[in-house]
Amino acid sequence: MSNQVFVKMENICKSFGTVRANHNVNFQVNQGEIHALLGENGAGKSTLMNMLSGFYKPDSGSIFIGDQPIVLHSPKDAIKYGVGMIHQHYKLVEVMSAKENITLGQKGSFLINPKKITQEIKAVAEKYGLPIDPDKKIYDMSIGEKQSVEILKVLYAGANILIMDEPTAVLTPQETEKLFVIMRKMAEMGCAIIIITHKLHEVMAVSDRVTILRKGETVTTVDTKSSSPKELTDLMVGAQVDLSIDRPQVKRGLESLKVNKLNAYDENKVHVLDDISFSMYSGEILGVAGVAGSGQKELCEAIAGLYPITSGEVIYDNENLVGHSPAEIIKKGITMSFIPEDRLGMGLVASMDMIDNYLIKDHHNQKGLFLKRKPIENLCNEMIHKLDIKTPSVFHPVKQLSGGNIQKVLIGREIETNPHILITAYAVRGLDINASHTIYDLVNEQKKKGVAVLFIGEDLDVLLELCDRIMVVCDGKVMGIVDAAQTSKEALGFMMAGQKMEVLHD
Amino acid sequence: MINMKKRTAIKPSQSILIRVTAVILAFITSSLFIALMGHNPLSVYSSMFDGAFGTHYRIIETLKVAIPIILASIGIMIAFKMKFWNIGGEGQILMGAFMATFFALQFDHLPKPLLLFFMFIGGFVGGGLWALIPAYFKEKYDTNETIITLMLNYIALKWITYLQYGPWKDPAAKGFPKIANFSDQAILPKLFDLHIGWIITLAIVIIISAMMKYSKWGYYITVIGESRDTARYSGINIKKTVISAVFISGGICGLVGFIQASAVEQTLSVGLSAGYGFTAIITTWLSALIPMIIIPASILFAALVKGGSFIQTAFQIPNSAAEVLQSMILFFVIGSEFFAKYTLAWHKKERSIK
Repeated sequence: MSNQVFVKMENICKSFGTVRANHNVNFQVNQGEIHALLGENGAGKSTLMNMLSGFYKPDSGSIFIGDQPIVLHSPKDAIKYGVGMIHQHYKLVEVMSAKENITLGQKGSFLINPKKITQEIKAVAEKYGLPIDPDKKIYDMSIGEKQSVEILKVLYAGANILIMDEPTAVLTPQETEKLFVIMRKMAEMGCAIIIITHKLHEVMAVSDRVTILRKGETVTTVDTKSSSPKELTDLMVGAQVDLSIDRPQVKRGLESLKVNKLNAYDENKVHVLDDISFSMYSGEILGVAGVAGSGQKELCEAIAGLYPITSGEVIYDNENLVGHSPAEIIKKGITMSFIPEDRLGMGLVASMDMIDNYLIKDHHNQKGLFLKRKPIENLCNEMIHKLDIKTPSVFHPVKQLSGGNIQKVLIGREIETNPHILITAYAVRGLDINASHTIYDLVNEQKKKGVAVLFIGEDLDVLLELCDRIMVVCDGKVMGIVDAAQTSKEALGFMMAGQKMEVLHD
Repeated sequence: MINMKKRTAIKPSQSILIRVTAVILAFITSSLFIALMGHNPLSVYSSMFDGAFGTHYRIIETLKVAIPIILASIGIMIAFKMKFWNIGGEGQILMGAFMATFFALQFDHLPKPLLLFFMFIGGFVGGGLWALIPAYFKEKYDTNETIITLMLNYIALKWITYLQYGPWKDPAAKGFPKIANFSDQAILPKLFDLHIGWIITLAIVIIISAMMKYSKWGYYITVIGESRDTARYSGINIKKTVISAVFISGGICGLVGFIQASAVEQTLSVGLSAGYGFTAIITTWLSALIPMIIIPASILFAALVKGGSFIQTAFQIPNSAAEVLQSMILFFVIGSEFFAKYTLAWHKKERSIK
């Protein structure tokens, strides 16, 4: 690692409407270093990197590559200066081969020489130790392979400054390890690598230096070696934070929901739920771990009556729920607070106020032609008070609230119905640490009240600390159900990658 | 240079202000067009106003045009609220008129209130069923309702033409292709010089606004329009709501057909819908899907129609000039949507290069 400054961003400001995403941010990366950009969601990491890669323009401030000041008008400009971004959601054409994806949009002569390109790609791949078959179609590839293609795409285009936006979000721990090896290799070859993340252990494992952003401003840049996860968290959050999650000891109650050999197929005839069987007990949190897209969403929707089931049973109160309408299932006290990637998607209507959003579940309880909103208004005001929701009033469209408050509205509403079964998916997605802990507390409170909770999560550390048992899914199959207190992250990782483990029946 | 910035929120008052500004800008732009034709825009506008509202008679005539536009807009609004793009108002008006006429011609021996009641129901059901065709196909096969509602307009139009030239041709009309005039039994009475279509219209505007705002049904429509996924998740019966809402949407348009056939044309003819089904799309959009604003927006457009034909005689300006103005208003209003979503900020040149 040399100390030559490769990228310098000075006093960068960027606002979206009234939201100040970046304010006087300073950021420097040296040649041959892996630099982590750490911050909570909404700290401005992605905004800053989108400016470096030409997607956004700064309102003010300067960007230098080497010593040269540059103005970027588009991602194409950025790649000219050697800046390439690898997005969290891959931008690949599924039906094309790796080679076609890599050469897509590249300048070149009208006639191409496929053999020569294959050789060129192979040369780049070998140089950086990226295992890749240029002729393999994207749809045949695993997540890890797809990522390699993404990386190769920017390297082939000539990038030597690579920005990776949460590259490990969809990887198993083993795949993550492989990626880190590749990243170190690239750094050795003289690239500068910027990794955006909020996972502390990854920062510690792979980076040379860390720049911490908080609320759109640079806090500081530190050497990873001379820092600790605790120090980084404190810097990130701006206060002393207790990182541990409470797992109250509650005596497990009776079996409240039993899923038996559930099968479902999606529109493309892919077996999304493959013989899924498990039980939920009152007073217990059952975690679900798995790489994104392993059937978690379908499982949630199937239980709630929203997904067509081919075979199998969902037994609740000695009755098979399969075939019942969502309305009937809601009336039985099963509530799903499913929080999809765009957060507002399914559970809430963004442009409606709290009252109308409350009615999304409550309209079943109202009789007659007209809706009574006055009692709901009082309930909402109580909820604001109880959960400390920050909103000007109950008449405010929920989309104007912050992520944490939106989540509180959603989960608060679900809890308000006194459910017997609570299904939450990605309940803390996009929330900062404090807001996340409020949500964990809410879920724990339900557990103490004897509710059976299905908690679908992303962060294995959280699952291990919060849940009583963890079910691991892969490709729509249950890989194992383990006791959270007696398992390790590595074991979960192996199962997420498709290795079967003992199913814990009790 | 200019930067676009996304607005975080927009107040209803701002939203209305933007639209009013758009209408004013449309008038200003159109005045250039009128000036190019060699007339003084101000005097043209003032005589348009005079033509629409100058005398008691003219006001009545303008309201006669406003009634079908208001009613059709209310119908279309219900579908639009659900993001069901019903542009088949024209066809639904004609089919409503067809069913109403069926009763008017076949049952003219009935007492007047009963016959009018049957015609009312006939008009509603005729328009409603015509709208159900695209709704059924959309729910069943996910077809594009825009295309189907549009195409059904032409089928309805040709069907009426066929009746007019074929089976329903009045033998007493000496070979002239027209359908027989209604008997007095089948003609809507007047109140304050205006046929009572205005009472029907006002009642429907009030009922529908109340339903949209306070009823479960209106709430379901809004949720479905905002997000079908959320509607599914909350256990709303989407099919039932969509089908019933589209039926009522088409039915209200069908009532326009009934009113026009009974009170204005006093018979059935292809010219009866007079493009109201299309004009109503403009006014619905102009009023931001708010029922109470549909009334002033529709009266504005009715005034443009009446004022337009008045300047035709007063200034020898073709009626199309007024149509240009109408189109201009639509153009500016749709363009102004941009300003509802974004604001523009003026920026100094970036200081990136030192």
